[in-house]
Amino acid sequence: TPAKKLKRGISSNLVEEYFEAHSSSKVLTSDRTLQKLEKKKLDQESLQNLLSNVPVAFAAEHEKLIKQHESLFYKWMLQLHLGFNIVLYGLGSKKDLLENFRISLLQDSVHLVVNGFFPNITLKSILNSVTEEVLNHLGTFRSPQDQVDFILKRFKEDASLELYLLIHNLDSQMLRGDKNQQILGQLSSLSNVYLIASIDHINAPLMWDQAKQSMYNWLWYETTTFSPYVEETSYENSLLVQHSGSLALSSLTHVLCSLTSNARGIFRLLVEYQLENKDNPSYLGLSFQDLYQRCREAFLVNSDLTLRAQLTEFRDHKLIRTKRGVDGVEYLLIPVDAGTLADFLQKDNDV
Amino acid sequence: MSTCSVSKGCFVFKPNSNKRKRSSAADYFSKGNDDLDNSELRLDTCLLLWKQIKYETEQLQEDLNKNLFDNLIRFLRQSHLNFKEKKTEWACRMKSSEIPTAAVVLGVNVTDHELTIKSLSGVLQDDVTPFVVSLKSKECPGIKQLLQKVMIQLMGCDVDVDSSDEEEYPKTSPRRVCCSVASLTNWYRNVTKYDLQKTDTESPCKKRTFSSRHWETPPVIIIFKDMESFTTKVLQDFIIMSSHCIREFPLVLIFGIATSPMVIHKLLPHSVSSSLCIELFQCHSSKEHLTKVIDKLLLTSQFPFKISEKVLQVLINIFLYHDFSVHNFVKGFQLSLLEHFYSHPLSVLCCELQESEKRVKLLSHSQFENIRRLPSFRRFVESQVAEKQAALLTDDECLKETTQTLLKDLCSYHENYFPILRCLHAFTSSLPKYPLGKQIRELYCACLEKRVWERDEYESAIQLVRMLAKDELVAILEKCVEILISSSAKCLRKPLEKLEEYVDLLRNLEEASDDQKKSISSLEELQKKTDLYHLQKTLLEMKESRRTKKLTKFEMLRFEIVEFIDGLVRNYLAPAEMQTLHEVMYFSAANTLREHLNATPRAALHTALNNPYFYLKVGNKSETIGLWPHL
Repeated sequence: TPAKKLKRGISSNLVEEYFEAHSSSKVLTSDRTLQKLEKKKLDQESLQNLLSNVPVAFAAEHEKLIKQHESLFYKWMLQLHLGFNIVLYGLGSKKDLLENFRISLLQDSVHLVVNGFFPNITLKSILNSVTEEVLNHLGTFRSPQDQVDFILKRFKEDASLELYLLIHNLDSQMLRGDKNQQILGQLSSLSNVYLIASIDHINAPLMWDQAKQSMYNWLWYETTTFSPYVEETSYENSLLVQHSGSLALSSLTHVLCSLTSNARGIFRLLVEYQLENKDNPSYLGLSFQDLYQRCREAFLVNSDLTLRAQLTEFRDHKLIRTKRGVDGVEYLLIPVDAGTLADFLQKDNDV
Repeated sequence: MSTCSVSKGCFVFKPNSNKRKRSSAADYFSKGNDDLDNSELRLDTCLLLWKQIKYETEQLQEDLNKNLFDNLIRFLRQSHLNFKEKKTEWACRMKSSEIPTAAVVLGVNVTDHELTIKSLSGVLQDDVTPFVVSLKSKECPGIKQLLQKVMIQLMGCDVDVDSSDEEEYPKTSPRRVCCSVASLTNWYRNVTKYDLQKTDTESPCKKRTFSSRHWETPPVIIIFKDMESFTTKVLQDFIIMSSHCIREFPLVLIFGIATSPMVIHKLLPHSVSSSLCIELFQCHSSKEHLTKVIDKLLLTSQFPFKISEKVLQVLINIFLYHDFSVHNFVKGFQLSLLEHFYSHPLSVLCCELQESEKRVKLLSHSQFENIRRLPSFRRFVESQVAEKQAALLTDDECLKETTQTLLKDLCSYHENYFPILRCLHAFTSSLPKYPLGKQIRELYCACLEKRVWERDEYESAIQLVRMLAKDELVAILEKCVEILISSSAKCLRKPLEKLEEYVDLLRNLEEASDDQKKSISSLEELQKKTDLYHLQKTLLEMKESRRTKKLTKFEMLRFEIVEFIDGLVRNYLAPAEMQTLHEVMYFSAANTLREHLNATPRAALHTALNNPYFYLKVGNKSETIGLWPHL
């Protein structure tokens, strides 16, 4: 690079060299980003193919390790029955292990498997599957708290009910919220609900304060398996792989978390408007002027310019799309389906 | 059916109804164990023990709380009486917007609060008033939810209490869902025949109708379980609203506070806290609670199950350095109980003496082999004569008898151990700087770890005991006598008699006063004017006399007593690991306990990523290098 040559040409006086290096205010960073990589981005399938060709090292030892964990199954069951709940930690995917546990021991009992790593999972869907499919109750509830109260009551009344709850990745993006953990804790503190969960995040135990821990009543088991996180990471985006499909709820919340409160407000306005009109087939989107007016009324922006800058940022993150209508006006649209948006709004209200 | 899908995250599995069966813990217990010998018996013993232990700890908690609750009830009575008597007085009417409030400082161990609050509301319901509502901060984020919750719980309470004599009341309390203001009003119109519009004015009216039936107006008590996590606004609004109608509606608030009473002033502005009439109550400290629990669970011969020094250390460390929670301590104890019975095949003998003697008779051959394999038993065999050794190692019948006697020994060892331990504690706990620890649990740990008399701390403690004054010594000895009387062990009769004798002797002992006089006179001599030579001479003489001074009778006796106590300690406080067959009763796998209770996921990830061969058990590090770039 030219800077380097320049440096070499100058005499070796260290002080001068230092100032020379720092004289130009431009920071020298490499401009070779992953975007400019010669090779075309891989799609999901070809990546999978490539990965499956890689041989597994130490297969026999893996097998042994897993066998060792599997020998604990009966002990887990015993401890679950005595009022403890079990949490698995350690390196490697624990999905297969839990799946084995489910197949070998839980065939004869009601159980619920929750994929915490699934990006669109919400607490509501978990609770709904408990009330609708386990308890056969067809009512709606006003809030998750109500729903949990109902479940608690039913389970306390009827001692013959029992439910095994298997949660993969209890610490996932969507479940790690304080409220979610509180409610899951309340569920697991029931004596006839048996919870067995796995965690992977390094800071997962930070989710639980003392009160929650006492509700969960954890027994910790170290289950290092070294098996690859195939399914867990399939939802994660990587720069090396082209990603397609619409935005997931988790990425939506993720991006929005890093914005200022005003920007979030703007986005909320958009979302609310879009949800109001979701049944309207001729709905094009919110026109820019309209949005500007609304934003001004809510004291979210003070000029045309700031709103435009904000919208550009949204566009960069693929949070919105603009379309020109027949009258030449710009219409703004969020390219996410209504269900996800509703979930998002719900979650945002909770926080 | 697979649990992998791109559109769903929850999967419910239901078994076919005809195949459905419930398997109990017993099945898993026996399936998880390799040998099937008396696994059922083992589990039964385990569960029975756990039930006893649980009962005992709950009882203990109740006893500890009794004092606090009595005070609270007295406070409630008092404030309520004031309220009733002075209703007409002008001064009271001025003050009547004050809500009597009890702030209970519960301590930082949030885990234990649940039980305390529960028993508190139980006690209040029995003794004071049928209207007790307890609120959690999680349930009421807004004032609306709070009021709803209060109403629902009150109605539930009313219906529960009244339903026995009042038939016409609806038995089912209204569902939480339809508890809007309108439907509440309707419900009220039916019950109270009052036209009501707003939620907060409903309560007083309801009060009127109900109180006409009760002979006195029972107060309504609202317990805020966790004061700290309530939002300020909700609390303020609620207090202000209810302070307006306190005259019609005798309300008492109880705050459960985890930190310190300062928090009330932090959460509530002056204008709000001035409408409260706060009285402070202190809950017992959790350290004290732990001492009682250990006393009850470990320091008795009542429970055959014991834990070793390391396990006790782990549990106490978790308590002292992490959470201060007695609940967790008991949980750890439960886990160790379970582990012991699950993993140790001989734990079947871990029960009362008569029962275990019966069980020894039924043991199978493989179990006897297990006994022979115990390290403590091997040590025992090696100390026997040759013929006996052969018999023990080959003949099951002979072993059976020996086992019975050994178990009996173990039992009597425990019976003697704890009274003597308490005696020793009585001595050491009064010493300056507490060389052997202030609490009896520390002393217990020290005694379990190794021979206590080989410790330096013990040496210094004995030194200090030798310097005790007479009245202190008498007090301690009397305490010891009490301890020994209360214990039922037979072999302690003799030491008891001896101790009583010592106490009598000490009481009747006349001070050897002439000795003292002499020393005083010599001091007087010193104060006279003398020359240097004489002074030196007298000083030398005094020194000489002091060295050869005859010990007073008291000092002689004191030495004797110390020797005696020392002997007792040496006889009875030998560590458990020296006992034969101690493995049956002692659980010592501290490591597993720590892993399961106080895990370190971070450390596990670290090791797994840094040197995976630790887990995979393959060769050494150099082989694996280069093969693990993936993660």
